[in-house]
Amino acid sequence: MQPFNVLWLQGGSCGGCTMAALDNGTSGWFAELARFGIDLLWHPSLSEATADEVVEIFDRIVAGTQRLDALVLEGSVLRGPNGTGRFNMLGGTGRSMLHWVTTLAPRADYVVAAGSCAAFGGVPMAGTNPTDASGLQYAGAEAGGALGAGFRSRAGLPVINIAGCAPHPGWISETLAALALGGVDGAALDDFGRPRFYADHLAHHGCARNEYYEFKASAEELSQQGCMMEHLGCKATQAVGDCNQRGWNGNGSCTSGGMACIACTSPGFESAQNFLETAKLGGIPVGLPLDMPKAWFVALAALSKSATPKRVRANATSDHVIVPPRTDGGRRK
Amino acid sequence: MTRRVTVGPFNRVEGDLEVRLDIDDGVVSSAEVTAPLYRGFEQILRGRPTLDALTLAPRICGICSVSQSLAAVAALRAAEGIHAAENGVLAANLCHAAENIADHLTHFYLFFMPDCARDAYAARPWHGEIAGRFKAVRGSAAQAMLPARARLLQIMGLLAGKWPHSLAFQPGGTTRAIDLGERVQLFSIIGDVRDFLERDVFADNLDNVLALDSAAALDSWREGRGGDFARFLGVADDLALDRLGRIALPLMSYGAYHEEAASLFARGVFDPVEGRVAALDPEAISEDVAHAWMRDTALRPAEADTEPDADKPAGYSWCKAPRYAGGPVEVGALARQAVHGDALIRDLVARTGPNVTNRVIARLLETAKIVCAMQGWARRLDLRAPFLQRAERRGEGAGVGLIEAARGSLGHWIDLSGDKIRRYQIVAPTTWNFSPRDQGGVAGPLEQALAGTEVGDEGAKSVAVQHVVRSFDPCMVCTAH
Repeated sequence: MQPFNVLWLQGGSCGGCTMAALDNGTSGWFAELARFGIDLLWHPSLSEATADEVVEIFDRIVAGTQRLDALVLEGSVLRGPNGTGRFNMLGGTGRSMLHWVTTLAPRADYVVAAGSCAAFGGVPMAGTNPTDASGLQYAGAEAGGALGAGFRSRAGLPVINIAGCAPHPGWISETLAALALGGVDGAALDDFGRPRFYADHLAHHGCARNEYYEFKASAEELSQQGCMMEHLGCKATQAVGDCNQRGWNGNGSCTSGGMACIACTSPGFESAQNFLETAKLGGIPVGLPLDMPKAWFVALAALSKSATPKRVRANATSDHVIVPPRTDGGRRK
Repeated sequence: MTRRVTVGPFNRVEGDLEVRLDIDDGVVSSAEVTAPLYRGFEQILRGRPTLDALTLAPRICGICSVSQSLAAVAALRAAEGIHAAENGVLAANLCHAAENIADHLTHFYLFFMPDCARDAYAARPWHGEIAGRFKAVRGSAAQAMLPARARLLQIMGLLAGKWPHSLAFQPGGTTRAIDLGERVQLFSIIGDVRDFLERDVFADNLDNVLALDSAAALDSWREGRGGDFARFLGVADDLALDRLGRIALPLMSYGAYHEEAASLFARGVFDPVEGRVAALDPEAISEDVAHAWMRDTALRPAEADTEPDADKPAGYSWCKAPRYAGGPVEVGALARQAVHGDALIRDLVARTGPNVTNRVIARLLETAKIVCAMQGWARRLDLRAPFLQRAERRGEGAGVGLIEAARGSLGHWIDLSGDKIRRYQIVAPTTWNFSPRDQGGVAGPLEQALAGTEVGDEGAKSVAVQHVVRSFDPCMVCTAH
């Protein structure tokens, strides 16, 4: 069987998506890639090939003598200053990453954005977006980006956006493996090109703070155990990701780590401000679950607040359990 | 006759790099180092709410994200006069140590050693063993190291939710209190990492490694020893890597793993020629933009702004030129251990100076030290006390946070007004090491270290150049940020 070739490039990147990917698999990421017949044609952090050897690989791809199954970009595409791409040149080539990405993408069967920067622009787009950063096919939530809204890779798919900052190692590895196995079509992606295997869930699903959420027993300060939606900026009920259904670095997650979900899988997450405070209007959080009538949410919240057990209320504002649950000695009734 | 060659894309350096070499008779006579990426974090942070720095600053770097978080936290503590919960300081040290060990191991196994496995060394007697162990992606060492690294980073899952890019690091401490069972899990992870070091890296008990106090002691210890550290030492001897990348610039460290009153590793500036350490004066730090694609604003980071100018004729890098007391300094594990007074490192520096071999040795030695320190910090966590101190914030004032990332000295200068960021300046480790020339034409540390490198007829393909560059463990994404 021919290997599934992956060319991985880094644009306006922090390198964190690669660092996350390296965390994958109990046997290590390299073994995981090999298991699925994935060959890293070149990876900037990992491959032996350097300098001219790399440019030769690019030239072969452009000339059509080297097959390219997947082009993976990590990091934003920096289009500035003035459309030249000079904020991000590829060393030794005299050319910008903007040039290389737009030249190589049409040669690839699949184009994959590893992380929210390559997908939507991400953190470099924050504030005044000083480098005119964008994602491959989006600038924030707006279709377009470096490749244009109409771009389709040779397999007929838009850019596959493994959104997340950084994404879960499994999201990266499983997406690449699924592509190598074949059969990934448009139905496997959501409206923003994100793989549905993780984007059909909300970060809230499986949150260990769920009992506090149900009773609207809120943490008032960081490090407390209660729900972080009411006061501490948590967007997990509106952000896609199976973040609390799989462990991060063992059994972690943002909400289990004591910090709010900042919706890093969402286009434009970086343009929010005061990430750890809940924006409110008339005392009610602006961001509520999107598929539920607001009035119902408010009514149910009031009801559950009035029914909150003392235990839940007390523990919500403590950093450890101060009132344990009552079990009546474990006797079954 | 002088020949100019350009080397790039220069990979396995965390980010991208371009190096231009002037070569005379097979020897590098002069080098220029270019950081080819600029993302504009200092511009992005300007005008934002103060605490947004804690979301954005770690995202400067995916490999030293905790370092960036902790520099921002230190700057905020200084600006706002905030004291942290002791548990939070210990937990942050544990996370920082985990990241730094991961970085040192990633550098050794994935970035540096694969060059020794290159076919260029096929004629060396050790090549078969080294290639089997360290060949990029395929070597057996990475298959062992990656699971150990993943296990190590479970400390982040326990104490900070995830890695990279956690919001757990706050001016008042950390956001997750752990319980009795979780402390046991912490010991278990640290124990597994220690096992990996003792089995794969050192092939000896860490206590014996930490007892090495001279070059002579190291020589006799490694005699007939297995393990990847001894394998490296064998290769380094054969290739005379201690003759590569030699410079004698001052070695600087901001001190590492700070607690309220003390730190694990000392702060200071070590003169490798005189063998003396001096106190660090933060006021002596400046940044020169004579050859950076930046407009001139002010030399002191506390007063400077970052304004890119891609068309500046004298510019050749997005990296500014940091200077200490007007001159370049080298930072990193070697500098940190020399400043701290580690006997083995001091002896090695006295004998052969800062060079490729000694930089690699210092990193691995430091890894052993940190693992032992982690066991102590985990024991000291008081599970009845808070991890996060409630912080009364002023939203006004200026402050600097000086910490050590894996690759060296990292500083964040912050200036607040009306709970908004008025100014934010970052000087990262590789900004120091890979600095361009300054207004006096003085080259940066790597530029100086490359000069004199014998490249023969290989020019840009010289593996010696690869060794010199990677010996600094550059992080190019941090460099210009």
